[in-house]
Amino acid sequence: MKFDTSPIEKTKRIERLLEAFYNAMPEIEPARAELMTESYSQTEDQPEVERKSKAFQHILENIPIIIRDDELIVGSTTLQSRGCQTYPEFSYEWLEAEFDTVATRSADPFNISDDTKKRLKEADKYWKNKTTSELATAYMDERARRAMAHNIFTPGNYFYNGIGHLTVKYWTVIDEGLESIIERAQKVIAGLCVGEPDAPKRRIFCEAVIRSCRGVIRYAERYAELAEKMAASAAADRRRELLKIAEVCRRVPGKPARSFYEACQAFWFVQQLLQVESSGHSISPGRFDQYMYPYYKKDLESGAITREAAQELLDCIWIKLNDINKCRDAASAEGFAGYSLFQNLIVGGQDREGNDATNDLSSMCIEASMHTGLPMPSLSIRVWNGSPHEILVKAVKLTRTGIGLPAYYNDEVIIPALMNRGIPLEEARDYNIIGCVEPQVPGKTDGWHDAAFFNMLRPLELVFTNGHEDGELVTVETGDVLTMTSFDQLFDAYKKQMHVSIALMVNAINAIDYAHAERSPLPFESCLVDGTFESGRTVEEGGAIYNFTGPQGFGIANVADALFAIKKLVFDEKKYTMADFKQAMADNFGKGLTALDAEHIVKTVCANLKAKGEQITPDVVKAVYAGVVASKEISSERREFYDRMLADIEDQPKYGNDIDEIDLFAREVAYTYTRPLETFKNPRGGIFQAGLYPVSANVPLGAQSGATPDGRLSGAPIADGIGPAQGRDKLGPTAAANSVAKVDHLIASNGTLYNQKFHPSALANAKGIDDFITYLRTYFNRKGMHVQFNVVSRETLLDAQKNPDKYRSLVVRVAGYSALFTTLSRSLQDDIISRTTQANTF
Amino acid sequence: MNDDYMQQTGRIFDIQRYSIHDGTGIRTIVFLKGCVLRCRWCCNPESQEYKIQEMTVGGKTRIIGRDVTVAEVMEEVMKDGDYYRNSGGGITLSGGECLCQPDFAAALLRASKEMGISTAIESAATLPFENIQKLLPYLDTYLMDIKHINSAKHKEFTGRGNELILENAKKVAASDTYLIIRVPVIPTFNNTPAEIAAIAGFAASLPGVEQFHLLPYHRLGQDKYTGLGRQYLLDGIEPMEQSYVEMLLKTAQQSGLRCQIGG
Repeated sequence: MKFDTSPIEKTKRIERLLEAFYNAMPEIEPARAELMTESYSQTEDQPEVERKSKAFQHILENIPIIIRDDELIVGSTTLQSRGCQTYPEFSYEWLEAEFDTVATRSADPFNISDDTKKRLKEADKYWKNKTTSELATAYMDERARRAMAHNIFTPGNYFYNGIGHLTVKYWTVIDEGLESIIERAQKVIAGLCVGEPDAPKRRIFCEAVIRSCRGVIRYAERYAELAEKMAASAAADRRRELLKIAEVCRRVPGKPARSFYEACQAFWFVQQLLQVESSGHSISPGRFDQYMYPYYKKDLESGAITREAAQELLDCIWIKLNDINKCRDAASAEGFAGYSLFQNLIVGGQDREGNDATNDLSSMCIEASMHTGLPMPSLSIRVWNGSPHEILVKAVKLTRTGIGLPAYYNDEVIIPALMNRGIPLEEARDYNIIGCVEPQVPGKTDGWHDAAFFNMLRPLELVFTNGHEDGELVTVETGDVLTMTSFDQLFDAYKKQMHVSIALMVNAINAIDYAHAERSPLPFESCLVDGTFESGRTVEEGGAIYNFTGPQGFGIANVADALFAIKKLVFDEKKYTMADFKQAMADNFGKGLTALDAEHIVKTVCANLKAKGEQITPDVVKAVYAGVVASKEISSERREFYDRMLADIEDQPKYGNDIDEIDLFAREVAYTYTRPLETFKNPRGGIFQAGLYPVSANVPLGAQSGATPDGRLSGAPIADGIGPAQGRDKLGPTAAANSVAKVDHLIASNGTLYNQKFHPSALANAKGIDDFITYLRTYFNRKGMHVQFNVVSRETLLDAQKNPDKYRSLVVRVAGYSALFTTLSRSLQDDIISRTTQANTF
Repeated sequence: MNDDYMQQTGRIFDIQRYSIHDGTGIRTIVFLKGCVLRCRWCCNPESQEYKIQEMTVGGKTRIIGRDVTVAEVMEEVMKDGDYYRNSGGGITLSGGECLCQPDFAAALLRASKEMGISTAIESAATLPFENIQKLLPYLDTYLMDIKHINSAKHKEFTGRGNELILENAKKVAASDTYLIIRVPVIPTFNNTPAEIAAIAGFAASLPGVEQFHLLPYHRLGQDKYTGLGRQYLLDGIEPMEQSYVEMLLKTAQQSGLRCQIGG
C-alpha cells in the first residue's frame, strides 16, 4: 500500500493539552508592544527595514517565554494560552477605544487587565502619526475614502493590521537551517559592487535578514535554556522530555533538522515568529505533508519514531496553531468571527510532475484534526481526477464530525487558473491555499489576498439613487431609474456603478499597499520568499516573484436574483414599475425601519441641522427620531401591496436551483466584478485578481445594506460565498452545486467559496460516504473550485428552530421522505434533532 | 413514432434529487400521484389521491400534483446525469403507487434506460401483474414493500389484503429484475419479532432475493395530515428505540438474507 489511512489513537497527553486549552480565556498581553516601542524610539534615524529587524531582534531576546505542561513542541507568543500581543505600528486607536468593551463583546472577546491597559496606553503614545494606517489614509483619494464611508467596500484588514497571507519556504529552514540564510546574506554583502544602483538597498536588506535570523536562533536558545532549567526540578519522565526539548531547540531552526521531531520544532518556530514579526493573519503552512514527509519516512524506516509518536507531535503542532491569537477591532472580529487566524494547511493533490502526492502524513494531518477538533489549522485537501478514493474517505470522515473541515479544492480548476495568470505549469501544480480559499505558489508569492471585502449589493442600491446617498455623490450618476425603458439600460447602469466602485476600491487598497511598503517592510518573512535577495526589496516592497492583489466580491446570488426579478416583473411582464421597486426599497417592503437604518437617518438629519447652525440637544434628537418614524409610516393598503410584491418576487426563478436562465445570468453578474477588476494594477508590479467569497462578512455587511429587489430586507445577511441566497435553493445539493458550477470560477483566481449544508443522515454509512464523494467529484468535474461542508449539527437545528428564516432550505431526508426542516411542527423538529445525534455509525 | 413514449403524460407531485436511500448510487426520485392502499402510517398522505389537491405547508396553501410529459420529467432528471453515471445511480419511481400509472411509469423507465441510467421503483405491488409486466423490460431494481404476512391484519391497516402482493412478489422474483424486499416497521402493526420473522422468511423463499430492508416507523409525515385536513390515525405512537430495531434486525438476519436498517 502506498499510504496508510488507518486511525491512530489519541494520547492522554493530547487530551490534557486540549483540556488546558479550553480552560483558558483569551487575554491581551503588553510585552511585544512595549519592546517594539522601546526599540523603535532608539532607531529613528535609520532605514525602515533596519529598524524592523532591530525591533524584531529586541523582542525575541526579551519577550517573556514559557513552556506549558505536557508540551513537546515549544514556542508561545504569550504567557497565557490563547493570548495575544498587540501591534501598535499598524494601528492602535481602535483598541484603546474598545478597551472597556473588548472583554464583553459578542464576537471574539479578549480579557484585558487594568495594568495591561495602562502599559499599552503608554507604549501607544509613541505611535501617533507613525502607523501604516495613518499613512494609508494620507495616500487615499478623498473619493475612495467617501466610498469606504458609504460601506461599498472595507479594506479594514490591511488598513488596521499587518498583511500575512503568504506561505514562506518552511522547507529551506527545515532542510538547511537559518544559518544557511545568514551565510547567503553574508555572501551577497561580500559580493556587492559599491557602484551598483541597488547596492545600498541590498546591503541594508541583507544586514536586516542576518539580524532577524540571529534573533530567531537566540529565541530558540532561550527555550533550550528554560527547558534545562525546568528539567532540574521536574519529575523523571518530564525531565527526559524537557532535556529532549532543550536538545532540539539548540539545534533548530539554526541548523538543518536531523529528525522528524526537529523538523516539527523548526517548522513551529517559523510559523510562530512570522506572526510575531507582523500582525498578519492567514500565514499558511501550505503543503506540510509534502515538505515534512522525508523526515517522517526516514525516522519511521530507521525505527527512530513510531507512527503513534509522530501523530502525537502533529497533534501538538495542531494545538499550538490554536494557541496563537489575534485581537481585531470589533467590526473586523464579526467579519472573521471565531478567533480564526486562517493558517491554511493543505494535503494531497499533485506533485510538480503531475503525479499524485498523497502520503502517510496526508492522512495523519486529517487524523490530527479529528483528534483536536479545533478550528486551526484551516485544513484543506487538494482533489484531482487521480486522487485516491481512500484519502477522500478519510477526509469525509472528518467532514462528518461537523467541524467544517477540511475544505476541498479542485486541482483541475486551480492549476489552469494560475497558469492563466502567467504561472508556469510545474509551479502551478505545486500550489497551496492561503487563508480561506486563495491559491498561490508557495515561497514565491505576495498575493495580498483578502485585500478588501467588496459588497456587490451597494452598487445596486446606488443604481436606484443615481449614485447619490445622504445628499452627496458617492460614485457616478448613471441616470434616473424611472426613465429606464429596457433591462439592458438597467444592467448597463449596474455595470457602470460596479466599475467606478471597483476603481475607488483599487485606489484605497493601493494607498494601503504603499503605506506597508514604506512603514512595514518585514525582513524575516522576506528572507524566506524567493526574489528578495536579488533586488534587496522586501516582500512588502514588491520583492516577491509573483505579486497580486485579491479583494473579494460577494453578493452574486442576491444581485442576480434582484436584477432577474426586475427583468421579469418590470420589463417582461410589466406587472410592476421601476418606481414600485424604488419605493419598495426605500420603504423596506413595508417591514419597518431597522434600528441601524433609523440611527443612520437620524444622524444624517441631525448633521444637516448642525451644519445649518442649529443646536443639537437630546430633545432635538428625540423630535427628529419621532419625525423619521412618522415619515416612514406605511398604510395598510401599501403594506398589502408590498406583501403581494414580495410573493411575486419569491415566485421568480432563483439562482441555486439549476435553472439555466437565471444561473447563466448569475455568471454575467459575477463578471461585472471579475472582469473590470483584472484590468487594474498594484504598486508591486502585479495585477488585481478577483476572489468571490465573504468569509463571514456577509452578515455584518448585510446589516449595512438596504432592502434589495430580490426581496431581501434591509439589514438581512447577504448570500454566503458564491452559493445561493439563504433559503432560496430548494432542490437539494446537486441542483445547488450545478448552479454554482455555472459561474466562471477560472477567472476568480483569488478563490471562490461554496458552503454546502448536509444533514448527518446523508453520511451515516459507507454508501453515504461514497455517494458524497461522487457528489464532490462531480461538482469538481463541472469546474467548481472549492467546496466545504457544514454537516448540520444538533446546535444548528436548534438555531433553525429559533431563526427559521435563515434555514429555509434546510432539508431533512430519510428513505422515501424529505422535508424542509423549518416547515415541520415543533414536535417533529424535536424528533429530528434527537435523530441527528444518532447518526455516524459507520 | 418512436418518440411517442416521450410524450406520454402522467401525474406526479414531486421530484427529489440527491436521494441516496432508495437504490444504488445518487438517484432522483419521481413521486407519482395516486395509490390503492391507505396505510395508516403513510408519510406521504398527499400521494394517495390521484386528484390534484391543496395542502397547507408552513401556513401556505400548496397545489399538490401536476400533469407532465415523460420528456419534461426527463429534462429535470437528466440535470444530474453525471452524478448517476459516476455513482451507478439513476431514477427511482415512488409514490403513491407508480403501478397505478403503468404506461407513464413504463415510459419513464424506458426513457431512462435509453439515456443509460439505472432504474428502480419503490412499490407495494398491489395491482395486477399486467401493470408490472409493462415496466419489467426497463426495470433494474424493484424495491418491494411487504408489510405483513397475515392478510386480515394487512387489510385492517392498509385497506386491502396481501394476496395479490405475495403473488406478484413471486412473479417478479422469477423475472430478470433485481428484487429487494422492504418492510415499514410499524408499532402496533408488524413490529413483533414473530411478524418480522414471518416476512423475512417469505422474502428468503423468493428466488434471487438477497436483501431485506427494515424501515423503522417515523412520524415525520404527521403535519401533512393536518395540512390536508385529515386525522392522523397513529397519533401518540412513538418511534421505536434504536436498540429495539436492532433486535428486530437480528431476528430478520436469521432468514439468511442480507439485512439492514434503512434504505
